[in-house]
Amino acid sequence: MRTGRRFNGPVKGNEEEQKFNQRAVEEHGGKLVGAGVIKKDAMALVTGKPVYTDDIAPENCLVVKVLRSPHAHALIQDIDISAAEKVPGIECIITWKDVPQKRFTLAGQTYPEPSPYDRLILDQRVRFVGDPAAIVAGETEEAVDHAMKLIRVKYQVLEAILDFHEAKDNHILIHPEDNWKSLAPVGADNSRNLCASACDEHGDVDGILKGCAHVIDETYHVKANQQAMMETFRAYSYLDTYGRLNVVSSTQVPFHVRRILGHALDIPKSKIRVIKPRIGGGFGAKQTAVMEMYPAVVTWMTGRAAKMVYSRYESLIASSPRHEMEVRVRLGADEEGMIQAIDVYTLSNTGAYGEHGPTTVGLSGHKSIPLYRSKAFRFAYDVVYTNRMSAGAYRGYGATQGIFAVESAVNELADRLSMDPVVLREKNMVRQGDVMPAYYGETAASCALDKCMARAAEMIGWKDKFPCRDMGNGKVRGVGVAMAMQGSSISNVDVGSVSMKINDDGFYVLTVGCTDMGTGCDTILAQIAADCMDCSYEDIVVYGTDTDLSPYDSGSYASSTTYLTGMAVVKTCQVLREKILKKAAEYLSCSPDDLEFDGKLVRNLGTGQEISLKEIGNRSMSFNEDALSACESHTSPVSPPPFMTGMAEVEVDLETGHVELLDYVAAVDCGTVVNPNLARVQTEGGLAQGIGMALYEDVTYSKTGRVYENSLMQYKIPTRLDVGKIRVEFEPSYEPTGPFGAKSIGEIVINTPSPAIASAVYHACGARIRELPITAEKVCRKIHPEIFKD
Amino acid sequence: MTLEFQLNGKMVRTEIQADTLLLDLVRSLGCFSVKRGCGTANCGLCTVMVEGKPVLSCSVLAARVQGKNVTTLEGLQEEAEEAGRFLAQEGGEQCGYCSPGFLMNVIAMERELVNPGEEEIKEYLAGNLCRCSGYMSQLRAVEKYLNRKGERKCGQEDASMGR
Amino acid sequence: MFQAKEYVKPASLEEAYRLCQKRSSVTVGGMMWLKMENVRKQTIVDLSDLGLDQIREDEKEFQIGAMVTLRMLETHEGLNKEFNGIFRECTRHIVGVQFRNGATVGGSVYGRFGFSDILTALMALDTEVELYQGGRMPLAEFAARTPKVTERDILMYVYVKKDHRKAAYLSERRSSTDFPLLACCGAKTLWGWQFAVGARPGRAEQVSLRIKAGQIERKILGEKGVCWTAVCGISPDKNNSAAEALAEAAASAFHYGTNLTGSGAYRAYLAKVLTGRLIRQIETGEESTDR
Repeated sequence: MRTGRRFNGPVKGNEEEQKFNQRAVEEHGGKLVGAGVIKKDAMALVTGKPVYTDDIAPENCLVVKVLRSPHAHALIQDIDISAAEKVPGIECIITWKDVPQKRFTLAGQTYPEPSPYDRLILDQRVRFVGDPAAIVAGETEEAVDHAMKLIRVKYQVLEAILDFHEAKDNHILIHPEDNWKSLAPVGADNSRNLCASACDEHGDVDGILKGCAHVIDETYHVKANQQAMMETFRAYSYLDTYGRLNVVSSTQVPFHVRRILGHALDIPKSKIRVIKPRIGGGFGAKQTAVMEMYPAVVTWMTGRAAKMVYSRYESLIASSPRHEMEVRVRLGADEEGMIQAIDVYTLSNTGAYGEHGPTTVGLSGHKSIPLYRSKAFRFAYDVVYTNRMSAGAYRGYGATQGIFAVESAVNELADRLSMDPVVLREKNMVRQGDVMPAYYGETAASCALDKCMARAAEMIGWKDKFPCRDMGNGKVRGVGVAMAMQGSSISNVDVGSVSMKINDDGFYVLTVGCTDMGTGCDTILAQIAADCMDCSYEDIVVYGTDTDLSPYDSGSYASSTTYLTGMAVVKTCQVLREKILKKAAEYLSCSPDDLEFDGKLVRNLGTGQEISLKEIGNRSMSFNEDALSACESHTSPVSPPPFMTGMAEVEVDLETGHVELLDYVAAVDCGTVVNPNLARVQTEGGLAQGIGMALYEDVTYSKTGRVYENSLMQYKIPTRLDVGKIRVEFEPSYEPTGPFGAKSIGEIVINTPSPAIASAVYHACGARIRELPITAEKVCRKIHPEIFKD
Repeated sequence: MTLEFQLNGKMVRTEIQADTLLLDLVRSLGCFSVKRGCGTANCGLCTVMVEGKPVLSCSVLAARVQGKNVTTLEGLQEEAEEAGRFLAQEGGEQCGYCSPGFLMNVIAMERELVNPGEEEIKEYLAGNLCRCSGYMSQLRAVEKYLNRKGERKCGQEDASMGR
Repeated sequence: MFQAKEYVKPASLEEAYRLCQKRSSVTVGGMMWLKMENVRKQTIVDLSDLGLDQIREDEKEFQIGAMVTLRMLETHEGLNKEFNGIFRECTRHIVGVQFRNGATVGGSVYGRFGFSDILTALMALDTEVELYQGGRMPLAEFAARTPKVTERDILMYVYVKKDHRKAAYLSERRSSTDFPLLACCGAKTLWGWQFAVGARPGRAEQVSLRIKAGQIERKILGEKGVCWTAVCGISPDKNNSAAEALAEAAASAFHYGTNLTGSGAYRAYLAKVLTGRLIRQIETGEESTDR
């Protein structure tokens, strides 16, 4: 298969990439931070090298599958596996009686997790259609499939709760078990089907709303969305030389997976190692350890290597989609359109289990309300259990749902006031230096939201296009706007760490604990390291992630990697530079204070004596007791928000209601842009996902709790014909607490399309859509109510 | 049953089942660039060429390629590097999982269409889903790749795109 | 997952027909849908060696082999020239080029899927099918039969008459390569109009219309005696009224139902809108395209 290459020569292609990268760096004044270099792993990926979990799994792995419940809520009365066990090639069949009975959560969060401990590997109670009833492992897929058909499960079918409006205080309990537990004070109560509940208030909201000239009071509904990363969930496991459980997983959170598996299998964490190879996308889906426990328990029980690859079907019916949320917004303003108070109540549907339930909901208020300088706010919420697939983390993590609601309400206010929504926002938006009471009282130390607004308006030609243009052919074009914010890591919780060492000839190995899932964080961190060490991009080798080797890192989620782990790189490099000087001082017999390191040479400023890094690297390998390595961690008391403005232009067919997205522009303040190419593609990609959410993607259930959208035939993620033209620009601010002034970009980018597109549709045709997705039929029914009287 | 076919220019003789799908066969023969993204013929990740035509290997019976030429990205490494480099220079590969199937179809498109316009490109590649990139970087890369010899009238590059 | 034990590629239609008489055997076209079905079969009968992968054209008609791919339909110059580009329009939304290089005309027609764009387009033309055993018959007659397991014939060819009709095709989809929410094809013939509406969500059905003495007359396959019946008059004073009345007469000929992609009420409304657009498009001579 491999094309013949000279053993001795450089791998063809490397020179070309190096040339490109050098040019990018030169164009950027010699600095790596800010240069659009090619990703470290790019050429392996584009030439199709075997670097993903299923490509590198050993051939002799047992095939692992799970038998899933056809009922939304039931108790397993009996499982007969006798016939199935006799199928040739079947290694083991595991039922609820065989697994530890201590509950845990699959949420990839820092311990003690806010998500309730409500899971077992297999439970006697099944809580959604697709909840596993048995694990089957065998030599071949055929044997496993055959055995699954022979397992007889006797269910006692129970009444189910499918509508999340009916969940709270329902007589049906999803988690009646005694050993259910919540580790954190999040207002969880399993006797009320509550996964979390709270209220946060600042000022006299009701009093102020009463005095407002205009109050918008509307409810907005965001359905569950699937991350639909191209590589579905998968992992394989084996026992190593030392009898330890090694798990190779397509995960965003290797360290959390280690802990979760320790809890699930009830074994010491020291017995577990988790390795992350290249991942085919995550978007938050893989911040939940959706299926690692199934192959892991098989390996632990049989000693055999085991592999599980989720089918797309399983990934769409038993995974970790966005929390469905219904958000009621009361928004009060005076005659001039000055926003006085914002009141948000969110009802969130966590489904059968509570992964990320208590935390996602918080963002629906804490990352929407602070966009405006209102005098008062209230934010209350309930997160409820239902008999639907468990929800999880998806890019935006609750902020997306809250921003759709609050930004839509602000757009409705503008329309009520007959005011340009851009002008309304200019009057009310958060500005640099503002204290944000609804954002934990943090100060917006870096904020170019005003510039983002101006830039986006210019990009789309807002002045000429607002509110709409009749194209004279039964089609009208409308424009809409929305703003967004997110955080950069979880303040006072997340930890980013890296270690770096000097090797022979002076090249560096940077070992990271965060997880590149295609986002390019390995590259970003190498760029930061290269600037810190004054070396070239090629001098930094990046390795990650392996829980035995990498320093602890919470993982890649909550928009934390560039901001938090980036800062860990800065700190580590500082320490390493000091070590280099110290070692050089020893070799040059002088004081480190006399020395300067320019990345290649350490020079004595007084004597002119020099020693190269190469020599230091080589000499340190003999008769040396100072490890030329450093490892630093970073955590942050603040979570500086990136800000952005998005604007949409749509064309609505007034007869059919068909909405075509023509143009989407975005101006983003992510602080310093570390790699403009990667930041741009992150933005374009997040916007496309947001567009999918706004217009196409839907998760609906049958009356018996079956998901209808169970393949990519039904769950329509946008193709390249469905996203119009997406254009992105940056309006960088400088974040004092971030590496080189950087904040985050990963999540914020998904938040604006839904409210901006909904408003553009309204401006085009007067159809106000408050439930996603915005389909032609919904629009048509609003335009032609006389035709649809039902 | 025994199957003989050309895989990336080499004759292969192998045993298959009647219902073996081409996707599983080529992976078992070491062509790991070919991925299963959906299993319902929607994503384009499993794109290979049979007799030079791009097809979805998840939907082709292995038995049907008897005596035929099958090409995966493993057999098009030079083209993959050349086209892929344009994608990499945009940062457009992202997670990379859809890249091989995408590049297979880009190469097929270049062989089939004469000087395609932007809309034609988008339509030809519509069967290749990507969840990371939002497609814009892929389009920029394809435009530049098709114009690498400088002969092609490049798509109206809007001043606001790509600084 | 589809499973089978044996694979046979017959060299003659006779052999193919004999092989597929067994309930345990299955005939494969493009394999696009079959592979997703959870069935176990003994024998796969592959029709790809029977020379059915050609489009032939003479003065009177096109002969389209059952194994012709959708991509061949899409790019066939003769077909698109004759029928105003509808073969491009009814195929280009179907998933992607790779899919259309695999999916076959025979698979679409024999499967008689409700969502089939191909069936919808062919039903607005003068189309016949030829079955190995059943011989030649109008497509509408064949399509009206519900596919049964007991039906074990082999579709060989689809014939489309060159009768100088002007055609147009339109569909509404949630996203551009999704299944149609509704698919409509129309043609103006020497004697009147012929329309087909598919994805209602039931499979495409056809209706013929003609204007006689200020009256629109309609003929629906399956109605009593299949004869022309008057449905309404046209008032000549209003603009577009003939087109609107025709659209109403065409759209109201069918039943519409609800599924994931849309409601019956919306489909019924949309059918009228799209049919009206087809008429205007044909009258003004524009090519089919939704761009």
